[in-house]
Amino acid sequence: MISSVFDWLSTPANWEGDRGIISQTLTHLEYSLIALVCAALIAVPMGLYIGHTGRGRVVAVSIAGGFRAIPSLGVLFIAVLLLLPRLRGELAFALPSLIVLVILAIPPILSGVYAGIAEVDPAARDAAKGMGMTGSQVLWQVEVPNALPLMFSGMRSAMLQIIATATIAAVVGLGGLGRFLIDGQATRDYDEMAGGALLVAALALLVDFVFGLVQRFVVSPGLTKTA
Amino acid sequence: MPTVRYMVSCMIRLEGVTKRYADGTVAVDNLSFEAPEGKITVLVGPSGCGKTTSLRMINRMIEPTEGKIFVDGKDASSLKPAELRRSIGYVIQHAGLFPHRTVLSNVQTVPNLLKWDKKRAKDRAMEVLELVGLGGDFAKRYPGQLSGGQQQRVGVARALAGDPTVMLMDEPFSAIDPVVREVLQDEFLSLQERLGTTIVMVTHDIDEAIKLGHRIAVLREGGTLAQFSSPDDLLAHPNDDFVAGFVGRDRGYRALSFQRAEVPIYPAQPVELGDRPLPDEEWSIVVDANRHPIGWVERDAVEGPISQSDLQLGGTLAEEHGSLRGFLDAALSSPSGRGVVVNEGRLVGTLRPQEVLQIIRKAPRPSGDTIAGDSE
Repeated sequence: MISSVFDWLSTPANWEGDRGIISQTLTHLEYSLIALVCAALIAVPMGLYIGHTGRGRVVAVSIAGGFRAIPSLGVLFIAVLLLLPRLRGELAFALPSLIVLVILAIPPILSGVYAGIAEVDPAARDAAKGMGMTGSQVLWQVEVPNALPLMFSGMRSAMLQIIATATIAAVVGLGGLGRFLIDGQATRDYDEMAGGALLVAALALLVDFVFGLVQRFVVSPGLTKTA
Repeated sequence: MPTVRYMVSCMIRLEGVTKRYADGTVAVDNLSFEAPEGKITVLVGPSGCGKTTSLRMINRMIEPTEGKIFVDGKDASSLKPAELRRSIGYVIQHAGLFPHRTVLSNVQTVPNLLKWDKKRAKDRAMEVLELVGLGGDFAKRYPGQLSGGQQQRVGVARALAGDPTVMLMDEPFSAIDPVVREVLQDEFLSLQERLGTTIVMVTHDIDEAIKLGHRIAVLREGGTLAQFSSPDDLLAHPNDDFVAGFVGRDRGYRALSFQRAEVPIYPAQPVELGDRPLPDEEWSIVVDANRHPIGWVERDAVEGPISQSDLQLGGTLAEEHGSLRGFLDAALSSPSGRGVVVNEGRLVGTLRPQEVLQIIRKAPRPSGDTIAGDSE
């Protein structure tokens, strides 16, 4: 079993072409990154606002909790049914997939940003204001840099979930590593299915590793170094 | 204009300032006082007396409900809060350093906000770090790598960096362990004397208030001013039972800190390690090569030359031009019964406890106070 999965993975023909592993991996990554950016565009400003002002905490908690409870496949089918008559071509399927991934990614990003800002040492915030920083200077010069570790962990967990779940795009006929899972199942090619699953896991780990590197570069050493 | 002349001598003035919250709680009630220029004014009182609220109204971290606050002659409410705060140094209890920034960058905060050029901001930051005793290598470290005392020094340096004429300090030393606190307080006093910054400080510790304050405002619960006076006056003439109780039991003894008098000082013949004790004296004082007293030896307890282990330590040293409290303490704590008097650390002579008490007895003091030596 394991060796036949390995055989599938090591067959050069499976890697090539526009339906090969490389191409599907890139597609998968593309969907994932677009979803992450969209989710971040929504969740980061919300988290910054809520963390900085302390207003709307209840909203944040209920969004974070409620969105997590939404079943991804259900949303996918409803979105396809609603959007299919209104959109043309691939977009009619791509947009519903994107919506699912964005909904999935909002809670971890939102809670990471909000918690990161809210947990900044109140004394540091008080000092910043007391020395004459304006509200936005406090936010960008003190709160955000200190919130970065938690913001990153929110982003990373969102990205892991997106990469894992982006396989469902294949359910509605789109590309990505999910293709191998769906197609493998359809043709009872279990090597292809297992190989696809391994590739998803490997991609998730690789992307997380890259995020980790970026984090080490961006986060101040003062937040990790202690005496 | 009389008001102008008046403002020169006082940097901060509160006029009938009241803070009332939406739920009706009054934190500060009709508070008026003046913090004189170049001096330390301490707001002290039990928790809930509104001392921190009063302080934070000066730099508009809290807006007063009624009344006016003048900083350097200007009505604080007429200035933009951020600009007002940049002109006022601000030190808080746990230092509140920015953990993601180096010590240097923390200290440069206000110069950067004031848009000084980079070189000037950095030079100034290094200069104030030097002032608080954290020169050289410390600049590159992060706050997490410093002890609590060091962090608080950085906090003070950061407040000084923008060259403020006025500084507000909210319990700056209370989170620091007692030994380091003493050191920081002493350093802070000499720093303030050198720089002449006008300071308003909050503390709950009456000893700290008396040690550091040139003027002390005692607040009581409900945010009213119980007394505003100099520390010696506060100890000698508390306005009422609340102030007397807050100032505490030892106030008679502490009041001696502010009394100076001439006490007869007798020349003493010192000996050094390796010498023999003086044959005619029961106790001999031992000094090092610089005439710094290092202890007493008892003639009958020593055989042969004096060694380190013969020394009896424990006496405090009184400064030649110090206070009666210093004299009395040196006299009472000396193993020989004679207090040691020094000038810049060098032996001047000794004094006798009876004579110190005699002077205390003759010194003017308020009625009803018990001072050490009062009872015969």
